[in-house]
Amino acid sequence: MSKFEFPPSIGSRPIWGTLEPRTGASHLFIADAQGAEAIIDVATPELMKTGHIIFISLGADYADKLRALGPAQFYEGPSYDASLPRIKRVLSDAKMGLRVYLAGTESLMGQATNEATSAGVPPAAIQTEHRGSTARRMQCVHCKGFTEDVETDPFVCSHCGLNLFVRDHYSRRLAAYQGVCVDAEDPGNVPTPKGIYE
Amino acid sequence: MSIQFNDETFRDDYSFHNSEWAIKRFPFPFHEDSYMYSMNAEQHQGGPDGSVYEKRFDVDEHYVSEMQDRAKVLADDPLRCQSLPHMTLAGWDLLELIMVSKSEDYPELFELHRDGNQWRWVNKPLGIDDTFTFLDESTLPYGPMEYITRQTQGDFALLDQREENLWMDAGMITTQADWSLDFDIGMNFFEWHAPVPKANEMGIFKRALKYLINIPQGSPGRRLNWTMTVNPLLDTSPENYHKWGVQKTTLTPENIGAKQHLRVELQTFYRLPRSNALAFPIRCYLCSFQDLMTMPKWGRRLHRVIRDLPDELATYKGFIDNRPMMLDYLSNFDDGLPTSPGIFPEPETEPPLKA
Repeated sequence: MSKFEFPPSIGSRPIWGTLEPRTGASHLFIADAQGAEAIIDVATPELMKTGHIIFISLGADYADKLRALGPAQFYEGPSYDASLPRIKRVLSDAKMGLRVYLAGTESLMGQATNEATSAGVPPAAIQTEHRGSTARRMQCVHCKGFTEDVETDPFVCSHCGLNLFVRDHYSRRLAAYQGVCVDAEDPGNVPTPKGIYE
Repeated sequence: MSIQFNDETFRDDYSFHNSEWAIKRFPFPFHEDSYMYSMNAEQHQGGPDGSVYEKRFDVDEHYVSEMQDRAKVLADDPLRCQSLPHMTLAGWDLLELIMVSKSEDYPELFELHRDGNQWRWVNKPLGIDDTFTFLDESTLPYGPMEYITRQTQGDFALLDQREENLWMDAGMITTQADWSLDFDIGMNFFEWHAPVPKANEMGIFKRALKYLINIPQGSPGRRLNWTMTVNPLLDTSPENYHKWGVQKTTLTPENIGAKQHLRVELQTFYRLPRSNALAFPIRCYLCSFQDLMTMPKWGRRLHRVIRDLPDELATYKGFIDNRPMMLDYLSNFDDGLPTSPGIFPEPETEPPLKA
């Protein structure tokens, strides 16, 4: 599957990389959906000897292929939220020399980066690669609720119901883009939603 | 002079008003008849008598009412004041800077009595007389940054300095020009400025950052920034934009002089002694078009600046839709005569408007 080229954007927006094998004491892979393909591409027998794969399927069928890589530990979870307790537990054991590989949606990479850095993993030990959906995790600036999997602009806040414009402004701390009311100056005049990258 | 504090509101019935004194000292942000981004910073070491530059933290007739408005904003949304855990020391630095400055600059309004770490702070306009232990948070009703900025006009950002960058790691932000502390907290200098058009390509932010990270203790800097606000609304937050945005559509040719306000930020920059953080006070001044027009120089100049401003900036500053109506109004105050350089109104020497 070809990788999506994000258009040039503003400076708060993260730039995702390409996973590369690193030397390290142990290797933690966290991926969702098509992110599995990036793990398959980067995996080596050496990495898998001390490798732990956490795969968040979102319904995608990669578990057998990932298991076949022969990681020391493997886990499949249905969603990020469901997997979070395990991710936190694993990161609480993080030691010097841990290498973290994140692949898949921006939502997964943003949130898992925060979990890793708050557990003390240095940012230089974390790699990312975007694969799959380009949907965004959005925070409503008004009610502060997060809406996942936003593919259109504008969209409806899943918490307060306001029609929100999709900004490129991104907060690493929140792992989210900012959504701002689109019809504040002309209530009810909501443009027809179109794809964010159309 | 002793200040007569206005009893006024910045919401609902908008009873905010500027006295003649406040108009004359309004920090008009255009030193020439056109505007483009620039850092344009200078030393903040006083200024002309009575000007907003004279004192380190200017106190004016709006002080008490602005602090009441801030208290209401915070009651509605405590997220407007946040401090990441490593910023507490910077908060104490800021508290000290403000208490020392205000008690020295306005001894009739503020007193600071220090006996070692036992401090007594008297704020007469707000009726506060508190004794506390410096650097002991448990002796104040709020964290140190929140405590002192509930008593000081203007927004405050505390910027941590590391990795040759500045990080927005604490702030009291209730009078902002449409940016969210809750969203931006933790961002570095380039990240929080990312939405500003053009300035990045012009290299403004790189130069600005270089200037800011080299500000030494004892040599604060300042600059002016500006935008437009319909009604004297201090809290133009993105959080509440879905409530106040519609006010922009209430302008008419009849009410624009009273309703449309030029909103100016006096930004100052102070290196803090213990934390090495940078304090970034952002003081907001509002003035209605009709009050600005009492100064012939400002009438001529504001018309020319707004007329010639690139669309991109008028869009970013949120008044592109209202610009034609603004220009219809402002053109009545531009007779084509030249203006003198500098921001001050020069009412004694600038020619009156030709009929």
